[in-house]
Amino acid sequence: MMRSRSFTAGFALAGLVGAAVLMALCVGKGQAPPSAGFWLLTVGLGVWAVLSVRYVAGLDGSRMDGTMTAALFGLWIIYFWQLLVMAFDVPRVLLPPPSTIALSMFEHGDLLWGDFVQTVLKAVLVGWALGSGLGFAVAVAIDRMPFLQRGLLPLASLTSTIPLVAVAPIAVMWFGFEWPSKAAVVVLMTFFPMLVSTLAGLKASGKLERELMYSYAASYTGTLLALRLPSALPFMFSALKINATLALIGAIVAEFFGSPTTGLGFRISTEAAKMNMSLVWGAIVVSAITGSLAYVLLVKLERRAAFWHPSVRDA
Amino acid sequence: MTDSPMQQRLAQFRHHGIPVVVVMAVVLVAWYLGAWAMNAPGAIERVMPEGGAWGWQDLLSATLSMDRPVLPAPHQVAQDFWSSLVDWPLNSPRNLMFHVAVTAESTLWGFVMGTALGLVLSVCIVHSRTLDRALLPWIVASQTVPVLAIAPIVLVILGSLGFSGVAPKAVIAMYLCFFPVTVAMVQGLRSPQRIETEMMHTYAASPWQALWLLRLPAALPFLFPALRVGIAAGLVGAMVAELPTGAQAGLGARLLTGSYYGNTIQIWSALVMSALLGLTLTTVVAGVERLALRHRRQA
Repeated sequence: MMRSRSFTAGFALAGLVGAAVLMALCVGKGQAPPSAGFWLLTVGLGVWAVLSVRYVAGLDGSRMDGTMTAALFGLWIIYFWQLLVMAFDVPRVLLPPPSTIALSMFEHGDLLWGDFVQTVLKAVLVGWALGSGLGFAVAVAIDRMPFLQRGLLPLASLTSTIPLVAVAPIAVMWFGFEWPSKAAVVVLMTFFPMLVSTLAGLKASGKLERELMYSYAASYTGTLLALRLPSALPFMFSALKINATLALIGAIVAEFFGSPTTGLGFRISTEAAKMNMSLVWGAIVVSAITGSLAYVLLVKLERRAAFWHPSVRDA
Repeated sequence: MTDSPMQQRLAQFRHHGIPVVVVMAVVLVAWYLGAWAMNAPGAIERVMPEGGAWGWQDLLSATLSMDRPVLPAPHQVAQDFWSSLVDWPLNSPRNLMFHVAVTAESTLWGFVMGTALGLVLSVCIVHSRTLDRALLPWIVASQTVPVLAIAPIVLVILGSLGFSGVAPKAVIAMYLCFFPVTVAMVQGLRSPQRIETEMMHTYAASPWQALWLLRLPAALPFLFPALRVGIAAGLVGAMVAELPTGAQAGLGARLLTGSYYGNTIQIWSALVMSALLGLTLTTVVAGVERLALRHRRQA
């Protein structure tokens, strides 16, 4: 155990030193084309990177090892991105190096924060909550009416093939340029996945369990609350997770169709037109982090709420 | 009791068809009512003669036939839709089929590339623990990036590399297509039971044979639903990719020009057309699915 730990430390240290040396070489290069030695070192470090990711992936342990593998892989990708962009002197317009993106995000922190508040905290959050809530409420409401279910479900699955972001121009026309029009698009996009999943989830409880509830003389509401809603939870959470991404996409795309002078979608489209790519990438990083955080939060919440479900227990 | 096929079909229609028809009728009535209610203020202000010399019939007919209504009535959309198909030649930008062809082309290219990428990735992930742990989390994370946000960037990058036209749009459609395919195929390729993989092992089957003879067939029922999701997502990608190019062609571009000029009827008929296109594409995939899985009892 001790030996393996010191080995790991040495392995990681060697990689770090190699990476630092290569980066220093690269900074010194400037405009000059990279030499053969530089390429040899780069390829060597690439092999090193692959080996280190393999090594970490081979660790057999807790859930942390999986996260570490992914994190290490991501770090190496960012490193090589930076290295190659600098070595080749790639124009900023094409692909800015990560350091420039980070710097730009830091410089325009206030601007991006404003965009974040506008798009995420207002449009996405409101739209997501309203859309998912409505989908859930309607699903529970029509659960008792097979006629409505048979009539509504084909239409609901039909809407999954309609590109719903396309209603953005109409929403802008009806609700104005401010965030409510974006929230309206998000409501529409998130409503149907939640409706379909909740209905499927309400059917998920086993026949045996339902008959048990019946033999206890449980009322419809009692069965719903004690048995069917809990067993529908995994379905609902998967819809919530899908909806989190959909909501972000919907709000950003809706801003392409007209928005006030803030918002992530507005920032992306205007700065791309100005060829200010580092800020565009900055806005994308903000939305990516937001999306990933929302996803992780929902997964954690699901573990809490549906801890008994096989898909959670096995993980 | 044995029903004739005709009776069976009738019973099926009564069971499934009637609710759908009723719900659609309700939607249509609500649409007309909505059109009337939302257009009325504008109609009173702009169309009706001053002084109140008009009855409710005048108002009704005015709200349902305005030039730029807040909400166009269904028959107006249908008229515009039909006239765009019939009154103009197929290669005119005023014909919706022209835009459908442009959008469908990039959607299909993106779908093919995305499916290929998803298949390759899933096979690699299933066979390599390293890739499973290193790559799969990033694939999931890649979809929490609002995909469409990168559309302008992809367009700029590919444009400066000399690619334009279909390629950038297809790339964005691909980005949306590959994810469902990858995730479903990873699950599907892992779906054979242990006893089956062990049997392949006792036959001394190579990994390739195990993949070809056991894993791929087992994964097919997982693949097709993912393809249906993928092609619908690809259509969204292709349409959104048309927005920032300032392109003149494609359903997305048509929506954008409609919203620039406040031409609501044009927006709605483009919307109806994109719904029809999405429906057609998924129906085709579903048809292929039925052909491919027809020998299975419970696919």
